[in-house]
Amino acid sequence: MTSPRLDAKIPGGNISEKWTQYKSTVALVNPANKRKLEIIVVGSGLAGSSAAATLAELGYKVKVFCFQDSARRAHSIAAQGGINAAKNYQNDGDSTYRLFYDTIKGGDYRAREANVHRLAEVSASIIDQCVAQGVPFAREYGGLLSNRSFGGTQVQRTFYAAGQTGQQLLLGAYSALMRQVGYGTVKMYARHEMLEVVTVDGKARGIIARNLVTGELERHFGHAVLLCTGGYGNVFFLSTNAMGSNVTAAWKAHKKGAFFGNPCFTQIHPTCIPVSGDHQSKLTLMSESLRNDGRIWVPKKAGDTRKPIDIPEDERDYYLERRYPAFGNLVPRDVASRAAKERCDAGFGVGASKMAVYLDYASAIERYGKVEANKQNLVNPDKATIIKLGKGIVAEKYGNLFEMYAKITGENPYETPMRIYPAVHYTMGGLWVDYNLMTTVEGLYALGEANFSDHGANRLGASALMQGLADGYFVIPYTIGAYLAKEIHTNPISLDHPAFTEAEQRVKGIIEKLINIKGNKSVDHFHKALGKIMWDQCGMARNAEGLKWAISEIRKLREEFWKDVRIPGGAMEVNPELEKACRVADFLELGELMCIDALNRNESCGGHFREEYQTEEGEALRDDDNFAYVAAWEFHEGYEWSLHKEDLVFENIKLTQRSYK
Amino acid sequence: MSKISQLFNSSIGQKVIMSLTGLFLCSFLVIHMIGNLQLFKGDSGMAFNTYAVFMTTNPLIKTTSYLLYASILYHAVKGLWLAARNRKARPVKYAMSQANANSHWTSRNMGVLGTMILVFIVVHMSDFWAEYKFGHIPYTKYTTNILTGELTSEAMPTDYVQSKKLEEYMVGTDTKVVIVKDLYKEVSEEFQNIGLVLLYLVAMFAVSFHLYHGFQSAFQSLGIAYDNYKGIIKAIGIWGFAILIPAGFAAMPLYFYFFKS
Amino acid sequence: MKITLKVWRQKNGKDSGRFETYQLNHVSEDMSFLEMFDVLNEQLITENKEPVAFDHDCREGICGMCSMYINGRAHGPWEGTTTCQLHMRAFNDGDTIVVEPWRSAAFPVLKDLMVDRSAFDRIMAVGGFVSVNTGNAVDANSTLIPKEDADNAFSAAACIGCGACVATCKNSSAMLFVSAKVSQLALLPQGQVERKDRVRKMVAQMDAEGFGSCTNTGACEAECPKGISIANIARMNREYLGAAILPGN
Ligand SMILES: Cc1cc2nc3c(=O)[nH]c(=O)nc-3n(C[C@H](O)[C@H](O)[C@H](O)COP(=O)(O)OP(=O)(O)OC[C@H]3O[C@@H](n4cnc5c(N)ncnc54)[C@H](O)[C@@H]3O)c2cc1C
Ligand code: HEM
Ligand code: SF4
Ligand code: FES
Repeated sequence: MTSPRLDAKIPGGNISEKWTQYKSTVALVNPANKRKLEIIVVGSGLAGSSAAATLAELGYKVKVFCFQDSARRAHSIAAQGGINAAKNYQNDGDSTYRLFYDTIKGGDYRAREANVHRLAEVSASIIDQCVAQGVPFAREYGGLLSNRSFGGTQVQRTFYAAGQTGQQLLLGAYSALMRQVGYGTVKMYARHEMLEVVTVDGKARGIIARNLVTGELERHFGHAVLLCTGGYGNVFFLSTNAMGSNVTAAWKAHKKGAFFGNPCFTQIHPTCIPVSGDHQSKLTLMSESLRNDGRIWVPKKAGDTRKPIDIPEDERDYYLERRYPAFGNLVPRDVASRAAKERCDAGFGVGASKMAVYLDYASAIERYGKVEANKQNLVNPDKATIIKLGKGIVAEKYGNLFEMYAKITGENPYETPMRIYPAVHYTMGGLWVDYNLMTTVEGLYALGEANFSDHGANRLGASALMQGLADGYFVIPYTIGAYLAKEIHTNPISLDHPAFTEAEQRVKGIIEKLINIKGNKSVDHFHKALGKIMWDQCGMARNAEGLKWAISEIRKLREEFWKDVRIPGGAMEVNPELEKACRVADFLELGELMCIDALNRNESCGGHFREEYQTEEGEALRDDDNFAYVAAWEFHEGYEWSLHKEDLVFENIKLTQRSYK
Repeated sequence: MSKISQLFNSSIGQKVIMSLTGLFLCSFLVIHMIGNLQLFKGDSGMAFNTYAVFMTTNPLIKTTSYLLYASILYHAVKGLWLAARNRKARPVKYAMSQANANSHWTSRNMGVLGTMILVFIVVHMSDFWAEYKFGHIPYTKYTTNILTGELTSEAMPTDYVQSKKLEEYMVGTDTKVVIVKDLYKEVSEEFQNIGLVLLYLVAMFAVSFHLYHGFQSAFQSLGIAYDNYKGIIKAIGIWGFAILIPAGFAAMPLYFYFFKS
Repeated sequence: MKITLKVWRQKNGKDSGRFETYQLNHVSEDMSFLEMFDVLNEQLITENKEPVAFDHDCREGICGMCSMYINGRAHGPWEGTTTCQLHMRAFNDGDTIVVEPWRSAAFPVLKDLMVDRSAFDRIMAVGGFVSVNTGNAVDANSTLIPKEDADNAFSAAACIGCGACVATCKNSSAMLFVSAKVSQLALLPQGQVERKDRVRKMVAQMDAEGFGSCTNTGACEAECPKGISIANIARMNREYLGAAILPGN
């Protein structure tokens, strides 16, 4: 039974008409009133920039915040592979329904149908919009857009700009945003970190932000507040996220009454460069596209110390091809990641740390070499020529990735197989939102990776960029009307209102407390300790015992943090240690909730793998009868959480067991 | 019109004028070079002296030369002004800089090289141009037998003056007489001074290096350094302007110093 | 490895700043340059000193936030590499490394190695866009764009806005950064309508921000981590001249 506190406000009607009908009936705000309404957008990633630019174009007064020194540097910039859209330009049978279906299935049936269908519907417009902005997507010789297949889908629906799709999309959204900044309709606050949501009579009315240059706390009013603050993968310390990615904004909202949805749903990406030592500060993703041509293997003999090229073919275990003959190296991310972990845990790992598997391009080089030799009409080319030609083709396709690998590891991936290992990459969980993207706090919205909405228990490749831009360009500009149309009579609330004063005092209190602890250990010490607990107990595989242990460990660590952290410098200056401390303080609370959520979910689905719930062959075992719901957690003082369930109703898609065999 | 004034006030516009004046000066160098080759003719300077008269009397050339002076002035003043302003764009210098790793030293020292050229131009102009125009240069009389081509020259008395810069008349049917200011002699005498010869040599190195970067740079400034043309522009810049022209000019003082003493 | 670091320390914009020397005894060659700084900062915190402030975020060479002048070169010795992608393999045991912030009047120092690059944003805000409101777009495939143009536009669009070009240019010129954006949009059909206006406005803003002017040294191109070519500067010069001389806006 869905909790009465969770009204998803899903419009009625047929799934394919819900959005169209809703759009044409949702309340509108007339242009004169829009000018009077102020909207705060926290975050300048794909979701934030696109939302802010579009809302400003519509006439609202917008303020945008980000902690980087420029809006253009939001974490979205790092996305490599591509963005999905149901354009069916390749004539391979793609459609809105198929994208909808793939996303629901990919998410292991833990996402809300109506939201996902809307996402698929607007996906095509995103590409149109981006192209109009001058985003230089890859093209064919005829001048048309090029597509590739991505992340195990059977159609080619991924649009891309070399290995820098996120960058190009974000620069497009950023340019739209800067255009509005130039017009004066958006005021940009870079190097500002939001540290509190201000609520008045239960409605979000503003934020407290710290100016990261001067250290001052600032009060900002908004008729509505949009959190577009990204994911919280950094709770694991090591992840592919940018160093600054954090949960703070979402967490403060959570503590102010916004429910947190499915916090334990984390995506572990299978192809990352492995950890090289204690100094490791982040992990680098090697685009998923590498799995299109590379073969993944480990030695058949545990603890084999030979160099990879010295291990003969029949002593290699191409374990993905062995276990999943139908999909082979292209199985979804969660499956590939777990399989790598399984091999390493069983002692077959490679490299100095033994926590890595090989991603081998030797056979791809040979295959491409032969094709190329054929094209060039070479008769009986020798092996060296074939290899040389093949390397050329591979360099053309993956050159920048290979170069990056070489820089980081000092090894030449054209000569020796790359070492890869899974790493935390994306968080499907996030603030619970309704169909309008509003959280359980009125006037407080969450967009992009910050919300829980569209990816269920596992996100498909190239779908996060799609969701961020869908939310910002095409959803919120309509759905926010439902709320703001009722707010046209609300005058701006004075910054001296007790709610602002009280919120600022609370932030000030936290900062002063942190600075005055003057303990013995650095912030990173605690962050690393938390990360290790999370990775070991709430990472790729979880079990009840480990999660319970983790919960108590995290509580202890949190206590220790508040007693023994050392933050040099003061509050009224540039102070990166203080910034980190504020974020880690929140991670130390979030970590606990993630474990609680993982413990509650007695099933395996998508990225959430509970060891107790697996098939005999070690595959995830879903429990649709008892867990086809969104777990939305409500925060109570004293670190207590209560669970609210939103039942997931599948009217259009039949639930099946995912199988990639 | 405001678009145009905006152009000239902009950094790009100013740079464009630098390149246009620079290229104009380059074209002058070519003409000047070709003219000065007359010095090597071995005719005791008759051709050279005649050419000097032509250069200072022809109205078209005269107007061009004023444009040239203006260009030098503008190029020098604006160039140094830009160099000074660009220095100010970095008020605190780097403690350590490895500029050689990313750019050619000539490109970073255009102001210094230009100043060397400027010093040279001043010396050069006062030595020859001002001397020729305002100072006293004695005349020489060249007598040519047009049938045999035999040429004799004879210095006129130092107090000889004539109203026209160049007197030319026939004696009989086969002898041509030309009386003209003997700049050639002035040149060959001046270049016996080792100090001056060295100054010229140094200056020509400066010209060489200035143009090693400057010539191709000008095309970049004008936006015509397309990939396809880059190679040819570079080749002309290096072979023509950084090597041939300065070498040609440098050969003149050396020739007089070593072979005409 | 043992490494000696000479690092620029400056409390804030008003402080005049100085070099401090630090000794690191256990540097692994697998560390990235910034991870070496993490280790230094841990050491400083243990000694109850203030850690070195520096900008960074993605640590993948794409956000453009990291910005250190290392041994006299923007982003250090490796070609086509940002500071965060530089690894200690590039150095030898016993080396002394001098680290300074980007230095330019237009990039004032905020603290230690952090500078203010908001001038870049202001240049973008006057014209670095195509004026198309959300929802106005036509079908993406209705405009054909030759692959070569698209590829060239992409190469120019690859700029990460790090400012290494300004930092390394002896004139602190921002021409490479600005020309990259001008080129991207000039190469694409979408950018044509505002083509002249855009280049005029962006150059005017660039000049107003206090960057020096270009003398074509090519240092920017050599140090740019994304290989942005100075052919873009030539193109911008051309665009700008055209915008001033040819009729129309
Ligand atoms: C290496 C990598 C590769 C990826 N590749 C792909 C891909 O190929 N395809 C795909 O679809 N997805 C990909 N993803 C996922 C995708 O990039 C992200 O999910 C998506 O970009 C998130 O966008 P966003 O707008 O929600 O948030 P972000 O881009 O993370 O932006 C967050 C913004 O919030 C601001 N912010 C956060 N907290 C605060 C605060 N407290 N105060 C003020 N501001 C704050 C930040 O400054 C920033 O501007 C990839 C992710 C990674 C890590
Ligand atoms: C024979 C005389 C000269 C010639 C042929 C010449 C030619 C050139 C050329 C072609 C350029 C390149 C313009 C560009 O990059 O767009 C240049 C640049 C420059 N010249 Fe000269 N020049 C001469 C004399 C001088 C003098 C006398 C000075 C100064 C005292 C000078 C100072 C400079 C400077 C500073 C630059 C660089 C300007 C910039 O890049 O902004 N030059 N010159
Ligand atoms: S042009 Fe190159 S050096 Fe300059 S900002 Fe862009 S990426 Fe950085
Ligand atoms: S930290 Fe992002 S480019 Fe270096």
